[in-house]
Amino acid sequence: MSLAMGSAAALAALFQAPVKQSLVQLSGVDIAVIAIYFAMVIYIGFYLKSASNTSEEFFMAGREMTAWIAGLSFVSANLGSLELMGWAGSAYQYGILAVHWYWIGAIPAMLFLGIIMMPFYYISRVNSVPGYLALRFGEGARGLSAVCFAFMTVLMSGINMYSMAIVMKVVLGWNLHFSIWVSSITVAIYVALGGLRSAIYNEVLQFLLIWLGALLIPILGLIEAGGWHNLVLQIQHRFPQQDYTHLWGPLNHFTSNPMGVHWSGIVFGIGFVISFGYWTTDFLVVQRVLSAHNLRAARMAPIIGSAFKMAVPFIVILPGLLALSVLPFHLVPQDVAVASGQHSYNEVLPLMLVRYCGPGLLGLGVTALIAGFMSGMAGNVSAFATVWTYDIYGAFMNKKASDSHYVSMGRWCTFVGVIISVGTAYLVQHAASIMDYVQQLFSFFIAPLFGTVILGMLWKRASKAGGFWGLFAGTASSIGLWLWVRHDPTNIRFMIFQPHASADLINRVQAMSENLYRAMWSWTICVLVTVVVSYMTQPKPESELQGLVYGATKIPEEKDDYWYQRPIVWAGVIGAIFVGLNIIFW
Amino acid sequence: MRSHTSIWLFSGILLLTYGLLIMGTGVWELSHPLPNPPVLYDLHAPIWWGGIMTAAGLFYTIKFRSHH
Repeated sequence: MSLAMGSAAALAALFQAPVKQSLVQLSGVDIAVIAIYFAMVIYIGFYLKSASNTSEEFFMAGREMTAWIAGLSFVSANLGSLELMGWAGSAYQYGILAVHWYWIGAIPAMLFLGIIMMPFYYISRVNSVPGYLALRFGEGARGLSAVCFAFMTVLMSGINMYSMAIVMKVVLGWNLHFSIWVSSITVAIYVALGGLRSAIYNEVLQFLLIWLGALLIPILGLIEAGGWHNLVLQIQHRFPQQDYTHLWGPLNHFTSNPMGVHWSGIVFGIGFVISFGYWTTDFLVVQRVLSAHNLRAARMAPIIGSAFKMAVPFIVILPGLLALSVLPFHLVPQDVAVASGQHSYNEVLPLMLVRYCGPGLLGLGVTALIAGFMSGMAGNVSAFATVWTYDIYGAFMNKKASDSHYVSMGRWCTFVGVIISVGTAYLVQHAASIMDYVQQLFSFFIAPLFGTVILGMLWKRASKAGGFWGLFAGTASSIGLWLWVRHDPTNIRFMIFQPHASADLINRVQAMSENLYRAMWSWTICVLVTVVVSYMTQPKPESELQGLVYGATKIPEEKDDYWYQRPIVWAGVIGAIFVGLNIIFW
Repeated sequence: MRSHTSIWLFSGILLLTYGLLIMGTGVWELSHPLPNPPVLYDLHAPIWWGGIMTAAGLFYTIKFRSHH
């Protein structure tokens, strides 16, 4: 899930600052580790080129991936470097509350995708989420969602690229243009050559590297702090005014926690609308699961991914908490850091890396950050190429081209997507506020899209017109609410059901909760409009809903030899661990 | 379905290469200590972390090379 916390804009502020002294001095061994990584990912692209000649191979990886590979790729495509660095910084700033974006903000949605939604995506044999909407609600809904998705995906990719280049500049002292061009050209080469298969292979490799590079920090950090219990005591001693170590306890009121959120925003905003919208309808991640070789693998992939997602706070959030205890100085907000020369929240992961890692391990850690960036960008670019080729070019501009023509279009699209991303990165460089706008734009259509898809899958009565107008109204209302609050920031008090909120409360809520509540409202409006319009218009005949809707679809029986091979069993295990962890850290 | 080199073989080779490189660096540092060592330097993380990576890399390389 993209950062909706303004940390991107904060990173942008760094660009204005001169590079003082880079945090990290790389040795020859570190350079070798990074160079080997680049050589490997490009080699994989060339190696897989011969296996990406048909559109099914290029865009869907031949639908040959095992549950493990699809699952790791599913979670890796989301684990960008901005995600790693930004949330580690948020953990330092807000404490353990940042974990909500990894647990309640991901696990229930991933399990829901695997158990409930995947059969419909998979049985209908669609190539994309807009492709599903085309079958269920017609070309209008497909066009609207495809254009929004394609547009936002490349913009987000550019913003991630820019943020990465900024990080490389601050951490390593690398030139901004060097970072942008070397990393984007590398991604363009391996995705254009090997298509989704190459992106997935590299995502698995990148996921492994992220863990290997980052895992030493919490291990050594816990040794230094004297274990979890001592860590909690030290944080409470150093920061007695704030509760940094409890997940749910401080969420009774907007003002009782460092984040300025209320539990309703976390549960309904993040835990339901935003997380279900992102994990079940964002094609960037769903595409990875659609590449699975059978329905069972497609259902298991998000479940396997959820187990790893649940573990990610160990390498992202825990380093932020450890920094609260072990760093001999305090980190500060980005604007203060730029003015005073101190270190900012966003530098917490590199700072911890430098604290524990010498030559070799440092190179591995930096490689992990680069790998995180590349996996996120490759995910964006490959999803863009697929949606453009299938759902815009193939659906509206050239319906009868040959298969090889579409593959060729996909390869060129990959380069075009990268070029637009680079352009966006440079655009952001000159107008940093664009970064925040685009992040919010992305959230504009995810929540209503989830409303449309979930009604399409679970409600037979939803009609073609209902689907389109629901999606349109939800998206328009999301943009309208955003403009309303931009016009007068105090309007947010109506969105959070606090019409008499104080100026201080409005200020606190502004930073964190606006996206959450806007998502809830736009989802609700989407669902209401879909229901009302559906009842006013003719539904599709049931014969046309087979394979698309619950109740009109016969889900193929999965013949598992043993009970423990069933996806529902593993979803239950993950669900139980998820509940247990929330109770332990309550 | 075509036969491709498994992703796990690529992972194994990368792990093995990195493991040997990092473990080698750790061993070299025993006789050439760093002038500005990181925190907990005396735990010799590069040696055991590199060792774990080497062992895992070796396992995956052998297992999936023979399979291929």
